[in-house]
Amino acid sequence: MTPTTHAIRVGLARGWTECKLSLRSPQDQGFYLFVGVATLVALYLQRDTPVEGTSLLFPSVAMPSVLGGLIAFGVVIGPAYALAMEREDGTLLRAKAVPNGITGYVWGQLLLHSFGLIPMLLVILVPSFVLFDDLMHRGLAGWLTVVWVIALGLLATMPIGMIIGASVPNTQKVASWGMLPVIVLAAISGILFPMQQLWGWVQTIAQVFPMYWLGLGMRSAFLPDAAAAVEITGSWRTLETVLVLTAWAIAGALIAPIVLRRMSRRQSGAAVQQAREVAGQWVR
Amino acid sequence: MAVIGRADVGPSTGEVANPVVSVDGLRMRYGEIDVLDGVTFDVARGEVVTLLGPNGAGKTTTIEILEGFRMRSEGHVRVLDQDPAHANEHWRARTGVVLQSWRDHARWTPRGLLRHLGHYYLPYATELRPRPWDADELIALVGMVDHADQKIGTLSGGERRRLDVAVGVVGRPELLFLDEPTAGFDPEARREFHDLVHRLSDLEDTTILLTTHDLDEAEKLADRILILAGGHIVADGSADALARQIETGTEVRWSRAGERFVHATGDATAFVRSLFEQFGDEIADLDIRRATLEDTYISMVRRHEATEGGQAAVTAVAAPDEGDRDRSVAR
Repeated sequence: MTPTTHAIRVGLARGWTECKLSLRSPQDQGFYLFVGVATLVALYLQRDTPVEGTSLLFPSVAMPSVLGGLIAFGVVIGPAYALAMEREDGTLLRAKAVPNGITGYVWGQLLLHSFGLIPMLLVILVPSFVLFDDLMHRGLAGWLTVVWVIALGLLATMPIGMIIGASVPNTQKVASWGMLPVIVLAAISGILFPMQQLWGWVQTIAQVFPMYWLGLGMRSAFLPDAAAAVEITGSWRTLETVLVLTAWAIAGALIAPIVLRRMSRRQSGAAVQQAREVAGQWVR
Repeated sequence: MAVIGRADVGPSTGEVANPVVSVDGLRMRYGEIDVLDGVTFDVARGEVVTLLGPNGAGKTTTIEILEGFRMRSEGHVRVLDQDPAHANEHWRARTGVVLQSWRDHARWTPRGLLRHLGHYYLPYATELRPRPWDADELIALVGMVDHADQKIGTLSGGERRRLDVAVGVVGRPELLFLDEPTAGFDPEARREFHDLVHRLSDLEDTTILLTTHDLDEAEKLADRILILAGGHIVADGSADALARQIETGTEVRWSRAGERFVHATGDATAFVRSLFEQFGDEIADLDIRRATLEDTYISMVRRHEATEGGQAAVTAVAAPDEGDRDRSVAR
């Protein structure tokens, strides 16, 4: 085993430890609970609203879309905040001070934020299946689609989060560089309402980004074929989904390592010290 | 980046054979300002060297360049036979850095973190240096057995620093960097830390380079002290050697017939003997004070500030002036 593969294993073990620590942390439990409750309340309030153009009720259509949106949100904003914060608090500097530590760190982050989706999916899926009928129309094939859409979605979106986290000048900027664009994208990507209600050029922009395709892919996994009628071009566009998400994944795989290396090079005790002073002033 | 090239043959200055750290003409420029302006020194294997200097003198910059955390503007730097700016991970495994933790790994425990970080060193174990250091053994060594399974976020400042030291040495480094290691330590923790440094240096054959503000600490720990002021090394030697270099040397105070005297001399024993030969029983309140490292330090930094031309300061130090001046202090 080479030192690099060894470091990847150590990093994955690190990610697993962080997952366990996260599940035990009241702060993270609170976050999952909040997301779960907020989503379920929104779905429950419109449980009897029919969706125009289909024979389905609102929760059936909205739940897959919301899952797609939350996955994109979680794996973009999660790593973005983690990297920005851990650059400032010295976690990354510690990683840099041990052999192959940055490699391990990055793999730990990949595992942490991938596995971090599981509790989020569970707090939405489990109560949803109890509260609402007619959620999964495609049985096992549908669940398999859920798995590949999520896997491809992760590859497409996680590098974006890492690049944002590695590039922002400080943690506060994640709000404007990361949160804001992601929320705007969620609003125009058909997550909260059908995107055909928006202008054509807005639809075009939304279709450039992976969030729309994640939502579409999730709907294609859960909903019957007839429901595709309300989508753009009236189909699930599975091939396009695969192509767009793969393109993002490839771009991310090429760009993220460059940005991460640049970030790693800039890590120094003085940089951490400076961040510490800035944060000290910021807090009060 | 311009790096003054030099063939890697032989020791750089001739003073230290096969040095662990070799720095020659190191410059660091931020915009128009040279923070480091030709820093030159060597560190031999097993040495404990302290870098002293006023705030802003460039101690942290120097140490971060040697750690490979920062790129230099100019100069020749070799650390463990590699250029730290382009060193590989094998080199990284042989060095240890004690970082000042702040709020990283707040949810982890000291034991968990030491085990995790130690794992990275496993492929770099050698016959002479089994890597990593066993986490439990290390916890006992730095005296945090009682806090080993507590969340790091709940540790006190002193306990965190112990953990920082443990993290710095978990890979059994051949060369250890410490940037102000005891800032925030209480006297007892400081004493224990000094014991640990001695142990690392004596038993583990670790070369140690540290920066500090604490002159007492420098004197206790260091085989050699480097004083960095205005971007140069203005003094280089053991605490004793530095004290001998400056003209105050030893101060002899006494009183005779109600009048108090102070005399600075390089040889207090001879001076006091002659004093008694001359005045005998008339001498009272005899007090002999060796120049402390603090006196030396203040005097050297002041001298540097007065001359401002760094090279002039070094020559002044190199040629100590044995002035024998009597000063009478009227009371």
